[in-house]
Amino acid sequence: MSIEHATAIDAKFGAGSALPMEFRDNKRLTVPVEKIYGVLAFLQLQRGFDMLCDLAGIDYLGYADATDRYGIVYSLTNTTTGERLFVKTFVNDPDPEVPSVVDLWEGANWMERELYDMFGVKFQGHPDLRRILLPDEFTSHPLRKDYPMRGYGERHNFPTVTRAES
Amino acid sequence: MALKLDDNIFVSKLDFLANWVRKNSLWPMPFATACCGIELMASASSRYDLARFGSEAMRFTPRQCDVMIVAGRVAMKMVPVMQRIWLQMPEPKWCISMGACASTGGVFDTYSVVQGIDRFIPVDVYVPGCPPRPEQVIRAVLDLQEKIMKGGTIDGREFAKRTAYEGPGDRLGELDPSEVVIAPGNFATGKRLRGLPLVN
Repeated sequence: MSIEHATAIDAKFGAGSALPMEFRDNKRLTVPVEKIYGVLAFLQLQRGFDMLCDLAGIDYLGYADATDRYGIVYSLTNTTTGERLFVKTFVNDPDPEVPSVVDLWEGANWMERELYDMFGVKFQGHPDLRRILLPDEFTSHPLRKDYPMRGYGERHNFPTVTRAES
Repeated sequence: MALKLDDNIFVSKLDFLANWVRKNSLWPMPFATACCGIELMASASSRYDLARFGSEAMRFTPRQCDVMIVAGRVAMKMVPVMQRIWLQMPEPKWCISMGACASTGGVFDTYSVVQGIDRFIPVDVYVPGCPPRPEQVIRAVLDLQEKIMKGGTIDGREFAKRTAYEGPGDRLGELDPSEVVIAPGNFATGKRLRGLPLVN
């Protein structure tokens, strides 16, 4: 139950460090970004969540009831018990920054790079925070909601080869 | 010409001879990036048998090819590769843009997909369809053969005339000027820049 994890986290990090929520068998914790690294380290070392399944980003721009812009979702799995847990945190413009969890789960490396690529969320302490899918020359972050669907003209930015010169 | 020739000698233009030889052995370079590539393979297989038209010898090195068949959508990151492969092909060479995505971008009107390869390389024949049936690919090869027979020259003079950009109109015309940012860096050489300022 997510409430057990939340109780343990609150006991260690102070009240209000983890807000539990459940939907069917889907267990979620919402953690403020200042405590996210400590909580994730605690979940990994003390509560047995030894696998980071996925790392997702959400842009809440334009959501009526949203108070924060970017949501970062850590999908954790305990491979011994099969338990799954979603830990969510929120960051905001102008400098969305989250501590990197590469030293907790090595697999977070490329996932954080992808999140940086698509949302521009910076991961402090990441060993090699570069774009992973888009070329390095790309200057914007296309999964942000304010990015135009047709882009900023990046795909037109190549020289044209005419028949005579090729 | 008052020359008396034997019955087994005939006179022709060298251009005609070169075209006739070239058109019947168009070796394709399959630049297959998506599902059109599967149809291209089907065209070359026994049921449709592209070999009937002399195009069966698919070579996966551009150095041995005559016609590049771009089959499938081309991502923005793939454009330098496509241009490089095109430049590596020896003359004379032609290009077939196969399918809706290669010709126009198709359904992928997003920031990362090229809206028609004719924006970046010259194209001789377009094949519509999503994906085109093998018959259409064969038709394209036949059309290309016809084009070669009609306009080909032995030293490729018809290519030298094509000095202008042949793609659609203003390439940035479809975008609102406020949306356009010319990204720094050189996509053609793949020169990497670090620490760029962010737009947003």
